[in-house]
Amino acid sequence: MISQKGYSSSQAHDEVDNQLFLPVPAKILQIKPLTVQDKVFTVQLPEGLSLGHRPGQFVEVSVLGVGEAPISVSSSPSRSNGTFELCVRRIGDVTGALHRLQPGAVVGVRGPYGHGFPIEKFRGKDVLFAPGGLGLAPLRSLIYQVLDERALFGRVIILYGARNPSELLFMDEIEQWRKREDLELLLTVDRGDDTWQGNVGVITTLFRHISVYPRNTVAVTVGPPAMYRFVLMEFLGKGISEGNIYLSLERRMKCGVGKCGHCQINNIYACQSGPVFSYAEIKGLEEAL
Amino acid sequence: MSLTILEKKDFPNFVRRLMTLYRVGGPARENGGYAFKIIDDPDDLELDYPTTILPPKKFLLPPRETLFEFDNAWDGRVRPARAEPRTVVFGVHTCDLHAIQLLDRVFATGHTDPNYLNRRKQTLMISIECLKPCDEHSFCKSMGTLTADEGYDLHLTDLGDAYAVDVGTQTGKNLVQHARTSPATPEMIHKLNAVLSEKWPRFPYRLEFDISDLPSLMSMSMKSPLWTELGERCLACAACTNVCPTCFCFDVKDELELDMQHGRRIRTWDSCQLDEFATVAGGHNFRKSRALRQRHRFMRKGKYILDAHGYLGCVGCGRCARACLVNITPVSVFNELYRQREIGGQA
Repeated sequence: MISQKGYSSSQAHDEVDNQLFLPVPAKILQIKPLTVQDKVFTVQLPEGLSLGHRPGQFVEVSVLGVGEAPISVSSSPSRSNGTFELCVRRIGDVTGALHRLQPGAVVGVRGPYGHGFPIEKFRGKDVLFAPGGLGLAPLRSLIYQVLDERALFGRVIILYGARNPSELLFMDEIEQWRKREDLELLLTVDRGDDTWQGNVGVITTLFRHISVYPRNTVAVTVGPPAMYRFVLMEFLGKGISEGNIYLSLERRMKCGVGKCGHCQINNIYACQSGPVFSYAEIKGLEEAL
Repeated sequence: MSLTILEKKDFPNFVRRLMTLYRVGGPARENGGYAFKIIDDPDDLELDYPTTILPPKKFLLPPRETLFEFDNAWDGRVRPARAEPRTVVFGVHTCDLHAIQLLDRVFATGHTDPNYLNRRKQTLMISIECLKPCDEHSFCKSMGTLTADEGYDLHLTDLGDAYAVDVGTQTGKNLVQHARTSPATPEMIHKLNAVLSEKWPRFPYRLEFDISDLPSLMSMSMKSPLWTELGERCLACAACTNVCPTCFCFDVKDELELDMQHGRRIRTWDSCQLDEFATVAGGHNFRKSRALRQRHRFMRKGKYILDAHGYLGCVGCGRCARACLVNITPVSVFNELYRQREIGGQA
């Protein structure tokens, strides 16, 4: 956990964490537009502090005077360089304010919070990624962690879909992935346009083009709520076990620390027990999907 | 810890003495009823009161509080909120005392909440033994909150001309030094026993089943048709959660002065009954219907909070029942769920 007093990994329960709600001032070094509604912010913490996150974790980002919003970390810990990246879609008050900022601006950061992907359980296995739309933002962190330790994993398959070609994120990086021989990549869009030569259809239409060895495959999906039901059925249809399917649940994580109640799914707080869950963990929760 | 006797004629002096050392709050008359208020005259305290609209929770988790302030919205630097004065709260009913113990657990679990816990450390509780039910909505006896053996610094029992003062903590022991007290004589202890045993039959059991069955009853009731019925009646006004002593969900907002430089981040009470509570940016609402939101509320009270923190989320104070405009009450909901199970109704 970052704090203004320095780095501490855990809090003793009887000690009061006076810094809990105080964001740390962090500098935006670079802003890169990806689409008309998505930008990537490169953020640097003060005094060489490292965020120390795991892929799949999120931070609470403040624009003082506007508010705070949970944003997943999009960069991999394996490429930290003293900075981290946030891919932000302009969709609400805080994200709108972030989009109006210029490089050099200071934002507040709390976190990282939540449980990320248990990457140690993925090692030695084939990894099937199926992000939809903005879901690539958090999964990009895990994808680079896997690619940077490439020898520790089996096959790496990425199925990525967006609503239309102009909403596909990180296309320059995807072009680099396409050139790699150790990575299988398939793209699709719900609706094509004049520029689009590839597959047209929802993400589930890509599954018929791949075969996996289910006993040795971990499947990961992040995307809009409506997508999960269908992608989960594809994973299960490939024979991948419920415990080897991971997803990240979006909720309104107002405080990020298991108190405010907005992210509650039945009896669990998504910001504490998640946002990353295995399908086995959440399939019994009425309100999860 | 120990028991002493405080004559009622010496009570105002005790309060006056405490007022020189602490901020003092407690039940006082307001608009024809009673409210927990900060008082400046001992005579304003009325310890024999039926109930209040808002619970004493507000001394620990205020309806609105500042988390931090900032002088320049653009440099990212923030100043934590100022500490509040030490406060003594008189007249806390034992149901509310149970609720505060739950809040203490919630805010000290996992990430410790500085605002709550620092304020808690500054707040002393002087509770009072209830000798009759507040009104027909009270169901403290069913919930097991009719009395309390911990959670207070001092606990008073009205013996007529005097209070029996039970000292619960070292802080309470220090507090009682400021009062003119006498040791409890065998006669007084006998009287205390009589008062306590006489109160018991005055309170009715209002649930039709034992409270230990509530969590499993709730587990079995996820798909009960009752939720749809409640959803059709509920106005989603959030009165129930606003007056609840165990509700602790909050919203966080920024306020900016007109100079666009100074401002503060505040937290306010929020309610799972409001439409936008579980709505994320982009508009998806994870609990869209009032039926699902009522279910969530009662599941929290009867099961979820117990799962997470080891305390039931309802203390039987009856405030939500009094506040509800369409007569949705925990007693009727819990009993109806129980009857549905008893007659082998839908799972």
